[in-house]
Order: sequence, then C-alpha cells, then structure tokens
Amino acid sequence: MIALLVRDLRLSVRAGGGALIGVLFFMTVVAVIPFGVGPDLNLLSRIGPAILWIGALLASLLGLDRLFQAEREDGSLDLLLMQETPLVLIVFVKCLAHWIATGLPLVLASPLLGLFMNMDEMAIGATTLTLLAGTPAITFIGAAGAAIAVALPRGGLLVSILVLPLAIPVLIFGVSAVHAAIEDPAPFLPPFLILVALNLFFAVVGPVAAAGALRLSSD
Amino acid sequence: MRLVAEGLSAKRGEDLIFHDISFEVAAGEALVVKGANGAGKSTLLRVLAGLLPPEAGSVRIDAAAHTVERPCEACHYLGHRNAMKRELSVEENLRFWKACLGDLQGGQGLAVDAAAAMVGLGGITHLPFGYLSAGQQRRIAMAKLLVAWRPVWLLDEPTAALDAAAEEMFSGLVTRHLSAGGIAIAATHQPLGLGGAKELRMTGFAGLAEDAW
Amino acid sequence: MNEPSLVIRKFSDLANPTRFLALVARVWPWMAGMTICLFALGLYLAFATVGDYQQGDTVRIMYVHVPAAWLSMMGYSVMAVSALGTLVWRHPLADVSARAAAPIGACFTFVALVTGSLWGKPMWGTWWVWDARLTSVFVLFLMYLGLIALNRAMDDPTRAAKVGAVLILVGFINIPIIKFSVEWWNTLHQPASVIRLDGPTIDAEFLRPLLVMAAAFTLLFLTLHALAMRNEILRRRIAVLRRHAARAAGRPGGAA
Repeated sequence: MIALLVRDLRLSVRAGGGALIGVLFFMTVVAVIPFGVGPDLNLLSRIGPAILWIGALLASLLGLDRLFQAEREDGSLDLLLMQETPLVLIVFVKCLAHWIATGLPLVLASPLLGLFMNMDEMAIGATTLTLLAGTPAITFIGAAGAAIAVALPRGGLLVSILVLPLAIPVLIFGVSAVHAAIEDPAPFLPPFLILVALNLFFAVVGPVAAAGALRLSSD
Repeated sequence: MRLVAEGLSAKRGEDLIFHDISFEVAAGEALVVKGANGAGKSTLLRVLAGLLPPEAGSVRIDAAAHTVERPCEACHYLGHRNAMKRELSVEENLRFWKACLGDLQGGQGLAVDAAAAMVGLGGITHLPFGYLSAGQQRRIAMAKLLVAWRPVWLLDEPTAALDAAAEEMFSGLVTRHLSAGGIAIAATHQPLGLGGAKELRMTGFAGLAEDAW
Repeated sequence: MNEPSLVIRKFSDLANPTRFLALVARVWPWMAGMTICLFALGLYLAFATVGDYQQGDTVRIMYVHVPAAWLSMMGYSVMAVSALGTLVWRHPLADVSARAAAPIGACFTFVALVTGSLWGKPMWGTWWVWDARLTSVFVLFLMYLGLIALNRAMDDPTRAAKVGAVLILVGFINIPIIKFSVEWWNTLHQPASVIRLDGPTIDAEFLRPLLVMAAAFTLLFLTLHALAMRNEILRRRIAVLRRHAARAAGRPGGAA
C-alpha cells in the first residue's frame, strides 16, 4: 500500500501531474474575487474565509476526475481490482495520496491568500486549520463521484456536478468554524468538531461507495 | 493445482458473448483460446480475471498450495493495455507492481533487474516508460508477470505488437512458467509456439441475451 | 403454501416485465381516474375553505406546495429503495424504477420550489430566502439533476443503473447530513426572522384539503411512475429489437 502511495505522489509531481495546477487555480480564483466585489478591504476581510473555502473546494474538485480514469486508461485499474487487498483500502490510499498532492498545498497556500484578503491572524489561522480538517472530506466524497464517472469520456464536469451538493455540509461547517473563531460569542469547537466528524464519516462512505462503483463499472 | 471453469456464460451490454464454456487446466499446462475477432476471447479472459461477472457458471482453483478467496487473486492478467505509467521509469513501474502485487505462496518473483533482463531489456530500466517503443513497452509489461509470483497467467493477445524474436522470447517465458508448475491461458491469433497446449475454440456471439425485455 | 412465500412469489412475478406491463395496462386507467377525482375534490375543498385571516388567498398555494414538497422527498426515497433493489436483490425492474422516478421527482421538486417562491413573494416580500427548508429542497433538486445527467451520460442502461444506484445511496445517507447542516448554518447566520406556518398550529380547516391534495399528488406520482416505467421497458425492448435487426443484416463482429 505504501508502494501505491509513493507511486501516486511521484506521478503527481512528474510531468503532467496535477499537483501544482490545483494551487494555481486556487490562487487565481481567489485573486479574481476582489475584481468582482471591489477593493473594499473591510468587505474582503469579512468574506475572506468564505472565499478561501469556496476556492479550495473548487480547486480540490479540479483533478479528481483523473483519480481513477488515468488508472483505467492504462489498464492498471484492472490489476488493482484483482488483488487480495480490499479495494476499499486501495481507494483510501489513492485518496490519501491525492489529498497530499493537491489538498495539502491548498492548505499551505491559504495563509498567503488570507493576507491578500486582509484577514487578521486569528482568521487566517482558523481558516488554515479548518481547511486542513475539511479538504480530506472533499477528496473522499469526491472519490465516490470520480469512481461513478470513471467510464465516461467527459466525466470531469459531471464529477463536479455530482459532488458539489454532497460537499455542502463540509463547506458550511468549515466556514462556520472560522466565523465562530473570529466573532467572539459563538464557540469555535462545536462546528470544528462536526467538521472533523464529517471528515471521518466521508473517509468511510467515500471509499466504500467508490469501491462499489469501480467494481460495477468494470467491463 | 487445477483451474476449473464450469458452464461459463457472459454478456456485454445485451449481447450474450458466449454460453456454457467449461474447461479444466492442470498445473504445468497451457490453454490457448482461439477464435475470430469478436469471438469472445477477451471477454472470457476478463471473466476468468474476475473483472466481468459471469452470467452463469463459476471459476475455481482446486488443490492450490495457497488458499485464495477469489480465483482472480491467483492470476496475472496481461491485457491489451500495459498497466504502466508513462511518466515513471521502467524500474519504478516494475518496482511498484512488485511491491503492490506481492508474491503468492508457492513461488518467488524475480528481482526487477533480473526480470528486465529476462525480457531482453536489462540496460534501459532507468528510462521513462513513455520513451520506449511499442514493442519494448509490451516486453516490460511481460516483465511485470515475472516480478511477482502468480500461478495462473491470463494473457490477452500477448504478442500482438511483437516481432518474431520477441515472440520466441515470450514463449520461452511461458514455457519456463509452466515448468515451474504454473498455468497459462492465452487468447491469441498467432501460434505461441507452445508444444502440447490445449486448445479452446470460441465460436462467438451466442445470440442476444434472452433477457426479460 | 404459506402467506409470506406467496407474497414473495407475487413480487418476483412482477419481475417479469411482460407481466408488469400487463398489470400497468390494466391498472393505470383506474389510477389516473382516481387521481383526477381526488384532484377535483382537493381543489374544490382548497377553494371552498376560507382564506387565512393574515395570508388571505395566498394560503391556497400551500395546497400545492406542501404535497409537492412531500412528494419530492418520497420520490428520492422510491429511488433509494430501487437502488437497494438493484444492488442487493438484483430485481430486474428496480433500475427501471429508479431511472423512471428521477425526472418525476425532479419535476415535483421543481413545482415545490416554484410554488414556494410564489408564496414567498407576498409573504416574505422576496422570491427567495436562504431558509433552511428551501435550501435543502434546492440541494435535493440539484441532486436529482445530477442523477438525470449521469443517466443520460451513460449509453449502457444496465451499467448506468448500477453506478447510479451507488450515487443514489450515497446521496440518501447524505440528505440528513445536508438537512442538519443547512439548519445549523441557517440558525447561525440568520436568526429566525422568517414568518412561517408552524405545523401543529395548522387548523383542521386547512388540514382536510391538504390531506386530500397530498393523496392526489401521491396517486399522481404513482401513476406517472408506473407509466414512465412502462415507457422505459418499451424503450429497452425497442433497443433489443434494433440490435436483432442489426445482427440479422449480416453478422458483424460485435464487441471484442
């Protein structure tokens, strides 16, 4: 399994890998927002966490459709399906590799973008922390969508359409936790813990559903 | 050890590709599946590899040195596609499959370098897989069969992109595998140069599935 | 022959599409007739009752809006049961049922959204509020559309059904989470400022037409669902006949 993790990480940094594309997309999306809403720093600092979250959500969906499609195209998926190792575990490891390659850079880039959004230290810290806890959940549930659309020639757009409604709770609790951290009366911990719980929940549901869909769509 | 298939039938979409196919292959034996294009050779191999659920019938492995839950876990599958990443070097690819597949009980896979040498490409394992020619890529895919031990080899048109010398090399590999107590099931048009191989002739298209519709 | 096995036998009899078609052909005019009668009665009651003293005549939108919203959820539940039927029991009609239910459920959800919006304008002064219920119904609508898009994107209906079933089930266990999170989000961001008709305070005066209308909508759903299933079966038969025709006209190779 470690071999699979290492291979996927290697692939993501080699030519044609999607690791940096996601971060670039994230930065670009966040950078164009001020042009849309105007350069009012107060407004930006108020909506900053939400924008970072939406940008991260979209960016983590970006490369997801290739998660299984690339394996299917070169025939590796067939071999992975045949192994004694449970498919759920294989999917889980692939998700993990995908998150390390594309999700973690987003988390690391978010403090920098937070500065652009005129957010204070507290807000930046909270956003980074919630992104760290929330982006794996998006990857896991996205893997289910990617597996469902694996056989489609143009699955990419469909994956986003299928996954985004399911990712709404993650977005809600991520942003709520950040707001709770900034505004005093609301406690930070409950939404954050729910976010972590969602993460664990999706870490089970996503791979199980993805494994099921992969088995059903092999032909 | 024996691989037994009983009353297999399979369909793709609505078409019943074959119907009621039974055979038995013992250790050290090879089975060559023959038939015209579209006769269902690939489909049969994919059913054996557990990638396509059969409509009826079953596959099982009897009297094996190891117990496997599903027969496909004891199989290598060499399909049309090579299951190699173009961006990674040959060595990385083979090393990954060696670690990922692992050896099944009762045999030992070769080291990566030795396997590459067996297919005659010992010197170029440092190159990215994408730089190799089609024939070389196919040979590396064959080396994948050697790095991890599986008693059963399922080979789908293994020598389609290869010249005569490579074909000979490959039949040497299969012979060696058979003498080690393995089983090979190959779907092919070309003669594989396997003396004494059993033959299964597929006629193809058993009709539309007499489905409820 | 004891009772349960008889029930099971009857149910698996339905697995035969020909029998299902025969049943539908016999039953659907009755279902349609009853639907029309119930709608006539329900609409009559809806207009015969007095309007709410606060809301006036606009309260009558409720008689369409609430049943449609219920049916939007029932439609998804029907799909979830069908998805289980496809994956677990491998009932041959289950995927037909799931596929047929998706557009109907989407339509009911759309009706619920539109009528809700129409009702919201005079009541709340705006076409749309990001209220918890509205938002979750809207998300449900998006999920319906995603499923329909998935079904349309795949050409092999049986495979589309199986993969779609996985998605339906994932969505089904996610719906409570979405509902819960939307409610949380709503209370956090907008303290309850929305005037809403609370369930228990509803008067029997309103309840009677509402229940009749709910029954009418449910029957309408079932009728449409049965007919849509019939159409889907016929569509698949046509596909099989076309394949036969293609095979008969000189045997081509087929899939390798």
